[in-house]
Amino acid sequence: MAFYDSVFKALGLSDWCGSESSSAPMSMADLLAQSSGEATKDEFFPFPSLDNLNESCSGIIQSRDVTKGIEEGFLAAKPMLKSILDPITQPLSWLLDGALWTFAVTPWFIMVPILLAISWFASRSVGVTVFVAFSIFLLGLVDHYDVAMQTLSIIFVCTGISVMLGVPIGIAMSKSDKLQRSVVPVLDLLQTLPTFVYLIPLIFLFSVTESKLYGIAIILYAIVPVVRLTDLGIRLVDQDVIEAANAFGMNSRQKLMGVELPLALPNIMAGINQTIMMSLAMVVIASLVSAPGLGVNVLRGIRNLELGVGIVAGIGIVLLAVILDRVSKAALQRVDMTRVKH
Amino acid sequence: MANDPKVRLRGMYKIFGPRDKEVLHHVKDGMGKEDLLEQYKHVLGLQDINVDMQAGEITVVMGLSGSGKSTLIRHLNRLIEPTAGEILVDGIDVMGLSEQELRNVRQTKMSMVFQKFALLPHRTVQQNAAMALKVRGADEATQNAEARKWLARVGLQGYEDRYPAQLSGGMQQRVGIARALTANTDIMLMDEAFSALDPLIRTDMQNLLLELQEELHKTIVFITHDLDEALKLADHLVILKDGAVVQQGEPQGILMNPCDPYIEDFVSDINRARVLRVKSVMAPLEGSEFAGDVDIGDNLESLIARSEGDTTLHYRVMDGDTAVGELHMRDLVKALVPRLSSTQTG
Repeated sequence: MAFYDSVFKALGLSDWCGSESSSAPMSMADLLAQSSGEATKDEFFPFPSLDNLNESCSGIIQSRDVTKGIEEGFLAAKPMLKSILDPITQPLSWLLDGALWTFAVTPWFIMVPILLAISWFASRSVGVTVFVAFSIFLLGLVDHYDVAMQTLSIIFVCTGISVMLGVPIGIAMSKSDKLQRSVVPVLDLLQTLPTFVYLIPLIFLFSVTESKLYGIAIILYAIVPVVRLTDLGIRLVDQDVIEAANAFGMNSRQKLMGVELPLALPNIMAGINQTIMMSLAMVVIASLVSAPGLGVNVLRGIRNLELGVGIVAGIGIVLLAVILDRVSKAALQRVDMTRVKH
Repeated sequence: MANDPKVRLRGMYKIFGPRDKEVLHHVKDGMGKEDLLEQYKHVLGLQDINVDMQAGEITVVMGLSGSGKSTLIRHLNRLIEPTAGEILVDGIDVMGLSEQELRNVRQTKMSMVFQKFALLPHRTVQQNAAMALKVRGADEATQNAEARKWLARVGLQGYEDRYPAQLSGGMQQRVGIARALTANTDIMLMDEAFSALDPLIRTDMQNLLLELQEELHKTIVFITHDLDEALKLADHLVILKDGAVVQQGEPQGILMNPCDPYIEDFVSDINRARVLRVKSVMAPLEGSEFAGDVDIGDNLESLIARSEGDTTLHYRVMDGDTAVGELHMRDLVKALVPRLSSTQTG
C-alpha cells in the first residue's frame, strides 16, 4: 500500500493507472532491500517523485525511464548526426594526425630552432626566447621532448582552428545585437559545462581511436575566450574614431580592416592567449580519450599511482603553459600601439 | 555674392527617440523641450533650423553645451539623420542620396576635424594625414606627396613617421587639420576643433586656420562654445539655444544689436574694444577736420591707443584709398558699453 494510492483514487484515475501490481521490472534499490531482508520503510510523507508515484500507479514512468529515454533518443539520432558531422570534422583528424606526424619526424635539432625562431618573431624579446630554449632543454633532459611536442602540436592545431572560427564569429556578434544575444548563452554553456561532460556525447558519436574526438572537445572548450574578446574588442573601439572613419566615407570593409580590427587587436590577442591556455588545460583531460602527449603521463601517474611520473609530466605542462603564455603576451604587448609613448 | 549658398539648411528638425516622426507635429505646434521630454519621453535636438552657409566663408555655430551645435554639424554629412527638413549641398539634397552616393560626398566634398582628434592610433602621422586619399583609392605616391605637403603646411615637418600618441594635443589637432586639408574638399566641418586645447595653443591654431583660409577660401563650418573664438573666426555667426537659432548674421552686427536677453548676457562679458571694428561704429562722411585716417578694419582698441584716450577727436575712415565715413571718438566710447534691454526700458 503506497502513500499516493488515495490521491489517485480521489482523482478517479484508478482505471487509467491499471492494476496495483507493477509490471515494471524491479529497481536496483528494491532488489537490494529485498535481498538484505529489510522491507522498504514507508516514509510519513514521501516526495512525489516519479518512482514514488509509480508505486501507486504503474501508468506513470519511473525515473530510470527518463535517462533511458535520453540515451535511446541520442542513439536514434546518432546515425544522422554522424553522417553529417563525420565528413565535416574529418579534416580535423587529418590536421591533428598530420601535425603529430610532422612534429614526430622532424629531428629535434631542426624543430627546436624553428620553435625558437617563432618565439623570437612573435615576442621580439631576447629574454622570452632564452627562456623558451631553456624550458625545451629541461623537457628534453628528462626525456619528455617527444610527449611535449605531441602536446604542443595538438595545441597549435586546435588554437589555430579556434582563432579561424572564433574571430569571424566574434566580428559577426559585434555587428549584430541579435546574434550576440543568441550566441552568449551558448558561450556561457560551453564555459560552465564541466569538461568531462563534453566527452560523453562525443564518445558516442565518434570512435575513441579518431583524433577528431579530442580535437572537437578541445576546440569547443577553447574557442570561447577568442569569440568573447573579439566581440568585446570591436565594441570597445573608440566611437570618435569610428565617427571619423564614417565622416571620411569609409565603407564597412575599409572600416573593419583599417580601423576596427587593428584597434581591437590587443583584445583579440588577449583572447588568443586565453584560448591557448584553455586548450592546454583541455589537452590534459583529453588524454582520457586517447589524446597523446604529457596528459597521458599524468593519467598514468593517477592510474598506477606512479607519483614521480605524474609530477614530472605535471611540471612539463606548467613549463609549456608558461612558454606559451609569455610568448603570446609579449606579442600582445608589441601590437598594442595605443600605448606607444616617447 | 549673388551665387547660391554652398550649404543650405531648410526647416530642419531633429528629435531623438523611437517615434520621432510621430511627435514632430507637437514640436511644430510649439511644444517646448521640457514638455516634450515629460509627456512623450523624446528629446528635442534641433528645431526649425534655417541657415545658409556661403562658399568661401567661415560660418561659426555657437552655443552652450546641449544647445545642439554638435548635432547640427553632424547633419551636414548625415552622421545623424534629421527628423525633417532639407540639407542642400551645392544645390543637391543630401537626404536623397543612396549610401554609395553619400560615401562619395563624404569622400570628395566634406572633410571633418574632431574635438577629440579621432586619429588612428595604429597609423603614423603621415598615414593619418593620407587617410582620405587612401579611402578614395589614390595611389601611394600621391598619398605620400599630398600628406607630406599638408603636414608641412601645418608645421609638422619631421614628424611624419611618429605615432599620434607620441605627439602633444596641439600637434595631434594639427594632424587632424592636415588630414582634412589633404582630403582637398570644398567644405570643412570643424566640431569644437580647438576646445580641447590650452588657451595659448588655441590662439595659435585659430591664427593658423585664418591664415589657411586666406589662402584656400574653403567653406568652413566651425562649432564652438567660446564667444571670443567665434567672433575672431566668424564671417557669419549663428547662435543656438535649446536647439533653435536665436540670432544669426554678421558678428559685429550681433554684438552691436543683440536681439535677445540671452545674447546680451552672452556678449556682455567680452572685450568689446578688441572685437568691435571701426566699420561697426562709424558715421557717414560729413565733416572735414580730421585728426588722421584709420582703416575700416581696425579694431577699437588700436584707436583708443592712438587717440591716447582723447574723446574729442574725429578720424576719417578709409577703405583702401577711398574715404567711406568718419569716426567720432565719443561714439566709440559709447559702443564699448554693452546695450542692455533693462536699462533701455527702465
